[in-house]
Amino acid sequence: MSFHIPCPNCGTRAIEEFVYGEIVVVPDSITDPDERNLDRAFIHGNPEGPTSERWFHAMGCQRWLTLRRDTRDEQIILTAPII
Amino acid sequence: MNEFIERNVRLSWHAAKRSYEVVIVGGGGHGLATAYYLATRHGITDVAVLERKYIGAGNTGRNTTVIRANYGIPEAVRFYQRSLDLYASLEEETGRGITHRQKGLLWLAHSETGIRAERARAELNTAFGAGTEYVGPDEIKKICPQLDMAGGGVWPILGASYHPGGATARHDRVVWTYAEGAMQRGVHIHQRTAVTGLMMDGDRVTGVETDGGPISAGAVVSAVGGHVTALASMAGLRLPIRTHPLQAFVTNRYGLGFDPIVSSSSLLFYASQTAKGEMLLGAEIDRQPSYSYRSGHHFLQSCGHRAMTLLPFLRNLRVLRQWTGVCDMSPDYSPVMGKTGVEGFYITTGWGTWGFKAIPVGGEQMAELIATGETPDLIAPFSLDRFARDRTMADRGSAGTH
Repeated sequence: MSFHIPCPNCGTRAIEEFVYGEIVVVPDSITDPDERNLDRAFIHGNPEGPTSERWFHAMGCQRWLTLRRDTRDEQIILTAPII
Repeated sequence: MNEFIERNVRLSWHAAKRSYEVVIVGGGGHGLATAYYLATRHGITDVAVLERKYIGAGNTGRNTTVIRANYGIPEAVRFYQRSLDLYASLEEETGRGITHRQKGLLWLAHSETGIRAERARAELNTAFGAGTEYVGPDEIKKICPQLDMAGGGVWPILGASYHPGGATARHDRVVWTYAEGAMQRGVHIHQRTAVTGLMMDGDRVTGVETDGGPISAGAVVSAVGGHVTALASMAGLRLPIRTHPLQAFVTNRYGLGFDPIVSSSSLLFYASQTAKGEMLLGAEIDRQPSYSYRSGHHFLQSCGHRAMTLLPFLRNLRVLRQWTGVCDMSPDYSPVMGKTGVEGFYITTGWGTWGFKAIPVGGEQMAELIATGETPDLIAPFSLDRFARDRTMADRGSAGTH
């Protein structure tokens, strides 16, 4: 499903203008450095529900933004710019 | 009677027992095929398949039914070729029609680089048992006269790899065939039964909690599509899986025959004709991870535009319906199957956009693993621990779309 992302710099634009970036979270319970690297490289939280993620506005302002989105219904909860 | 009228599928329903030898979570193609091969090949019939909705409600009922073996790494070519062979003999084995049609698959090249990739694909496939040959424009035009060889002046068709074994089958019938075959041998299938948790005894999985009560099991198999991360986390596992939506659509009936399956990795679309005559088109996964089944107009617009570049006759057709499935994508575009490191818990996931074509071989190999306790050679390269061993099975170039 295609949806729109409210870019803080450019206004609301179609998702096709953006590149997805995952926020990788390695749980603190993993302590072994090798296992932490493995987790960071390959494992995904793959959450079902509200989740924070980053999008790069490749065909616009060329800035990253942070988005809170519900992966069950594509509802966008809020956005914030980051550098 | 024609082939679109169903003969009665003989499914027999039973009340759930409190204990089974094997419990399979997920009543899609892979779960049902695993149950079928456990019953037919290994005589293990004390098996339950638990399905949250109805059998085939998930991606098995939403895919675009392409069966092919022209993959990009030796391990995958061997694996999918076995599936191709099992599909070809499934109607004879079960006495049920699955509308299996061998059509041949054209993978088009539009550039010098594309030609090199398709030549390499043909060589590799042939060497590992999946017949594929490189064909030039004259042969392509003979195989598929509808193609605009100039590609609208932008995407000229310079060559292709032709995989004669490429086929399609009707997905619902594959589900019913495996379900019926398993049930006739005593396997229980429980629809509208959601798994809410796993029963653990120390590090060992000993059963499942369902909304109909707990069921204990000697072995639990996750054949879940879409929600596998949540299920695996109940066993303390973290998976290399991200779930993305994939959309497809069909047009109204195209009166003339369209024989092959046509795909282009430069234009990222593929097209085939269903048994009813509809043109079936699909493309790549949506870019955002999501569990949403909603479809969008942008996909119709972009996929339709790309398809019409090569197949101008599509202009005269209308879109009948559109739908979405969710794909469990693995980092290396290969499946993840086998033992998990948690005793009593097996997994078959990472079926991304290539799950339907692997249903028979996935079921057969998982059944062998559960029955013997030994990982069969064919699926050993696809084990979950390959990421920790730095042995990824990277195959994005040939698994990315269909």
